[in-house]
Amino acid sequence: MKGKINIILTGVGGQGVITAANILGKAALKEKVNVFVSEVHGMAQRGGSVNCSVRMGNVSGPLVSSGTADIIISTEPIEALRYIQYSNKNTKIITDINPVIPYTVSVGMEKYPEIKEVFNELNKYGELYKIDAVKISKDAGALITKNIVMLGALAATDVLPFKPENLLETILENIPTKFKEMNKKAFEGGLKAIKKY
Amino acid sequence: MEILEDKPGKQVLLLGNEAITRGAIEAGIDISTTYPGTPSSEIADTFSLIARSLTKQKKEPSFYFEYSTNEKVALEVAAAASITGLRALTCMKHVGLNVASDAFMTYLYVGCKGGHIIVSADDPSCHSSQNEQDNRYFALFGNAPMLEPSTPDEAREMTRIGFELSEEVKLPVLLRTTTRLNHIRGRIELKKIQKPRGKGHFEKDPMLVTVPAIARLQHPILLKKIKQAEKISEKSQFNKIINVGKPNGWGIVTSGVSYNYVKELADDMKLNVRILKLGMTHPIPNKMCEDFIKSSKNIVIVEELEPILENQFKVIAHDLKSKIEIYGKSSGHFSRLYEYNLDIVADAFSKIFKVKNPIIKPKESKITLPSRPPALCPGCPHRATYYAVKKAAPKTTIYPTDIGCYTLGKAPPYEVADLLLCMGSNAGTACGFAVATDQKIISFMGDSTFFHSGIPPIIDAVHHDHDVVITVLDNRTTAMTGHQPHPGNDFDGMGRPAKKILVEDVVKGCGVKHIEIVDPNKIKETTEAFKRALAFKGPAVVVSKSPCILLENRDKKKRGEKIYVYEIDQEKCEKCKICISRFSCPSFYYGEDETILIDSQQCNGCGNCADICPFEAISPKGVKK
Repeated sequence: MKGKINIILTGVGGQGVITAANILGKAALKEKVNVFVSEVHGMAQRGGSVNCSVRMGNVSGPLVSSGTADIIISTEPIEALRYIQYSNKNTKIITDINPVIPYTVSVGMEKYPEIKEVFNELNKYGELYKIDAVKISKDAGALITKNIVMLGALAATDVLPFKPENLLETILENIPTKFKEMNKKAFEGGLKAIKKY
Repeated sequence: MEILEDKPGKQVLLLGNEAITRGAIEAGIDISTTYPGTPSSEIADTFSLIARSLTKQKKEPSFYFEYSTNEKVALEVAAAASITGLRALTCMKHVGLNVASDAFMTYLYVGCKGGHIIVSADDPSCHSSQNEQDNRYFALFGNAPMLEPSTPDEAREMTRIGFELSEEVKLPVLLRTTTRLNHIRGRIELKKIQKPRGKGHFEKDPMLVTVPAIARLQHPILLKKIKQAEKISEKSQFNKIINVGKPNGWGIVTSGVSYNYVKELADDMKLNVRILKLGMTHPIPNKMCEDFIKSSKNIVIVEELEPILENQFKVIAHDLKSKIEIYGKSSGHFSRLYEYNLDIVADAFSKIFKVKNPIIKPKESKITLPSRPPALCPGCPHRATYYAVKKAAPKTTIYPTDIGCYTLGKAPPYEVADLLLCMGSNAGTACGFAVATDQKIISFMGDSTFFHSGIPPIIDAVHHDHDVVITVLDNRTTAMTGHQPHPGNDFDGMGRPAKKILVEDVVKGCGVKHIEIVDPNKIKETTEAFKRALAFKGPAVVVSKSPCILLENRDKKKRGEKIYVYEIDQEKCEKCKICISRFSCPSFYYGEDETILIDSQQCNGCGNCADICPFEAISPKGVKK
């Protein structure tokens, strides 16, 4: 492939963001596309903010730079906004609509913004796609497949240099047999949700 | 396992750290040692994973691996093996090399026989560290050859070739990495796997005993070796010049991950430059650098943290009486702080080369977002210990702390972390506070930290009768870095049975007269134990024993045991908020009308909230899925 592809994956620790980024990396490798996958998580653990860069093509630097993301995939609405510096007006932003409330909010120390305001704000920064990835993943069989729903959604856009089938193939190669069907459904659910837009 | 496949030419995606392990395996590694520390941990964890998986299959791993007691021990174990002719690798985080430095400095005098790679994983920006020291100084300080990879595949190759380099000059080689190499995944091309040597043989040699007379002989030998290493550096495949555009007198000198930013931006900003990419950065190839200076009009030096290459280039330019202009840190274009990225390097390049910065200034949303700071997990036994401590201790109590999950006790509402220097510093600084003040002192360290460097300060407290309470939070693992075993476990890093050492036995052996052993989940008893320890005149040790909840629940699931999650009876709840504001478990949250609820997804079923509720409103309900 020519040029560069810059993908940001964000979310909350425990939602499978890093796993999704690694699968993307493996899919690129299989398609003979140069790739770097980078985790920026510091001391984050379950519940912390997670952000991964996946860069493909003619790239050397491992991290996406400001304003250059082709797409931001977020498993949580405010986490998309937290990393909005990576967007430009052409950036696609796909986010799950379901907030994960941080404990700083649940114990009353901080406030979670109005969800409508969050979506309005995201809309200003790029081309916003909202999906109910919690519902799609539960319909597929389990909430744990939410990261795969998001990969399905990503595959539905024109960002990746390979076909959705190629990504799905890599996903299924990296998942134990008994969970394959569930993840296939999750992937297709995410794909459909974006195609409908 | 993909990482063990002997398929030269095959391409796989590996983490920088895994690539280093692979490089060592390709070089026929015999022994690998470590003390875990981010961002280095996955190097050793990969050795451990391979060894445990083979042990499980009743196969003999081709190498010996251990999680050593601390970095100094790790280096000593591997150094001895190397002196018998085996190939060895020792990995640690940057501050680990401070601990190992006593051995490191004189090991270089003695030298090695089998190749020995010492990996230092530096952490610019302190992503998970207490400082961002630049360990390249250690290579200069001790006269160790040094390699600095830019990509995972280069890390693999430098590790592999590094063993040959080490054997050629008979010195351990420092493989200096940074977080942005350790924690990126990239394409690796596998090379052939060599057979390990297996057993070494020790040949007695009086030159190995560094009494002053021998040390005086070894020092000039070391300087000769490093001169020989410089000759290798001149021809090293890792030092090269890359032309971008039509070079017109401008040169860029760079190393490590900074090269990645330089290369991408030189292309994108259409610069006309020659890039001197240094991979072997100690000793630098003096002649090559001289030629680079002579054939350039201006030089830009791009390196994270300290101006180590920059200063060396200035010396060379001075010796050449060159009038060359050098741009870098002293010219104010680059910072000595934090890690670099494309944005930072692009900004500097746009000023130096007077070209447009291709990177758009970042926009920030005006909406204030709530933070997601790291916190002790729901059910973490440290929370119960801290709750008891706060009940027992007077307000002015000083809480020296240490390195591990329990440092998170710094956050409100506990605020039980007042001073932190390094591994083991809790107990040493506790002794100092006892001498200097009349305040009560309760210090905290984990069990792995206790074995690592917590014992000498306890001996100091006993010998000088310092009036301190030293707490060992014994959760039976090295939790923060990924649950590695330590000397308190009955198994080792290869999955073999190991002698378990009890914290309380060691403490007793040190001569501590007042020892309290508590289960922190019994909060009332734990509070009383801390009160007794505070009342005792002289050093007291509290061993607070309860396994890490994540390991405990994993084991319960394996055994098929149920984990019960807790629920609040809204009829009984008086909204006193003790559970949510003072106990502060992250699984608690406010519902509508100030009702307090427990998130069953997050609850790990420790049940401590039921104990602290004054109205008996909390009890186990459903089973955790």
